[in-house]
Amino acid sequence: MALTANLVVFGRLLRSVGLDIATAETITAIDAVQRVGLSRRDDVYHALRASLVRRHDDIPVFDAAFAAFWQDHGERWGRRDLRAIGEPRAGVSIQIEAVLPETDASAEEAEDETPSDRPLPVGELRTSSSAETLRDHDFADMTPSELADARQALDALTWHPGERRSRRWAPGDGPRLDLRRAFRRSLTTGELLELPRRARRVVRRPLVVFCDVSGSMERYARMLLHFAHALTRSRQRVEAFTFSTRLTRITRELGARRIDDALAAAARRVPDWSGGTRIGEALRAFHVHWARYVLRRGAVVLVISDGWDRGDPAMLRHEVARLQRSCHRLIWLSPLLGTADYRPLTRGLVAALPFVDDFLPARTLRNLEDLARHLNTLPARRTPRRTAVDPQKALAP
Amino acid sequence: MTALASFTAVDDVQARLAREGYVADRGLATTIFLAVTLRRPLFLEGEAGVGKTSVATALASTLGSDLIRLQCYEGLDVAHAVYEWDYARQLLELRILEASADVDRDDARRELFSDRYLLKRPLLRSLEGAPGRPPVLLVDEIDRADEEFEGYLLELLSEYRVSIPELGTIAAVEPPVVVLTSNRTREVHDALKRRCLYHWIEYPSFEKELAIVRGKVPRAGEALARQVTALVQELRTAELYKSPGISETLDWVSALVALERDSLDPATIDDTLGVVLKAREDIEAMTGDRLQGLMGRAMLQGVRHSG
Repeated sequence: MALTANLVVFGRLLRSVGLDIATAETITAIDAVQRVGLSRRDDVYHALRASLVRRHDDIPVFDAAFAAFWQDHGERWGRRDLRAIGEPRAGVSIQIEAVLPETDASAEEAEDETPSDRPLPVGELRTSSSAETLRDHDFADMTPSELADARQALDALTWHPGERRSRRWAPGDGPRLDLRRAFRRSLTTGELLELPRRARRVVRRPLVVFCDVSGSMERYARMLLHFAHALTRSRQRVEAFTFSTRLTRITRELGARRIDDALAAAARRVPDWSGGTRIGEALRAFHVHWARYVLRRGAVVLVISDGWDRGDPAMLRHEVARLQRSCHRLIWLSPLLGTADYRPLTRGLVAALPFVDDFLPARTLRNLEDLARHLNTLPARRTPRRTAVDPQKALAP
Repeated sequence: MTALASFTAVDDVQARLAREGYVADRGLATTIFLAVTLRRPLFLEGEAGVGKTSVATALASTLGSDLIRLQCYEGLDVAHAVYEWDYARQLLELRILEASADVDRDDARRELFSDRYLLKRPLLRSLEGAPGRPPVLLVDEIDRADEEFEGYLLELLSEYRVSIPELGTIAAVEPPVVVLTSNRTREVHDALKRRCLYHWIEYPSFEKELAIVRGKVPRAGEALARQVTALVQELRTAELYKSPGISETLDWVSALVALERDSLDPATIDDTLGVVLKAREDIEAMTGDRLQGLMGRAMLQGVRHSG
């Protein structure tokens, strides 16, 4: 019984550090530990991990919790340790929080850094007609209350970044005969009078968003992250990353329903908010660590950056070319584009632009509305790719 | 359950898999033991080429069971995963029946939708194991299938029964041992994972990979096996677009054996690097100094482990 009680407490501990564990899993865990026995610590560890963890990303959290809960007795690991635990739960959970990266304290810190993200007093909320006058305001010049209005307006936009035909067939007007239905009908009517057909189902394209959070983008980054959050909420398949000197995946954080929670969580995850930018390296990290998992099946990619890049332009060029080759459409959004005297002459943009399908402004609400319209009417075919100017290809034998 | 289709302990799993030439570390062996004992599906994730699929193969031969493999892809449907009626033969039979004088429509229907005209696909076949001899069902690369199929699979894995409207319900007498693999190209739905025992397979340690090389390419000399294994281990620490898996190590050793090499040298590496690295950018990056550095570290590692 002691074992059961301990495992229930352990399950609760894992829940408190963010693992999604239902009672059924705890029951499996109890069953599993009983089967492998208590004589070896590593067997108990693996039995619990196999029944309680379902994601590779969760393994470090599980490890920390396991180490703290079934304290490290090294060689002295034995039956008594498992049974003796159960009381020191309060002490243990504090230990765990110290091991884990995200704590409430840091959440408060993040909020302190961004007072403008706090929800405004109700009295200051404006009607949508004021959002109308805001449409052409530069995000950077907006007051906090204007930003709040702009965000509300953003939430109302609909996003639909194109569709592609999947390889799943469903009854429809397509090219493939539906023999099963044909045959069944022929049995009822006695004749093969009509030939029902199947068509390929249409699915939405996944969207991958990269948002530059380096110093030069500071005035825009939060607004554009809000934009990314609005995208996340309107459709399921959005992958979001931020970059400056390095790349951070914030997909899960942006999944939070409330925008302030999402932005605070995202801010906590981003280690170098407002540092310099190395776009090429960030994209390379994406290709090495993430592309295989998140960039798939005809994605539409948005890169939001002013292109002020301190990295190696050759690398940037190479990685942007690779990114374009592996997606359906690569769209670069710049908050600087559209100001009167702006020319895209930064080193980064000069390197990247030949491989970008659309280069669009992201400075005002109207720009983002136009972007929504653009995405909603994206052509089904890829634009022709400039493979001939890919320096790597030119060098290849 | 007979002794054949089960394991007595984690050690038993390890020893019996080793006899089939599969080197399983303690964690994997524990999870396999539990999957077979508790009869829960085993969900294996890991980078490409860490030996996820071979777990199922080795498990089937260890248990003396049939291996039934279902390769997943987008659009995989019931007709290709579970069953399909053999329409061509059904139509032919229908013509014959019509030609004969008096045909009772109900009789014809019963005849045409009988077992004889049913094409059984992997999932249906996996339900037909004889008592005490559960087949091993490998659902390979489930992440390539779409959500519709996942939903169907979830239903099958909780009930181990398939219902065919024209024929009735087919339930498993002996539920299969199920192994699912995923390369994590997308997150598989939680509900499906909840039914399973989860194990993440890491790239093998130097010792483990060397043992695999010795087992699979016995003709390779000890020095060559050590050097290649050590160098591949180093290559995995370099940031590559596509890290080499165990099969790449085995391919490389085999290629070098075929070329009658008994050790690695820069020229040989240059000529054969395409066997291990599959992205052009990775091959281009692995030249000159960078490769020299990795080789140096690899040699050191080889010496350290032998010492």
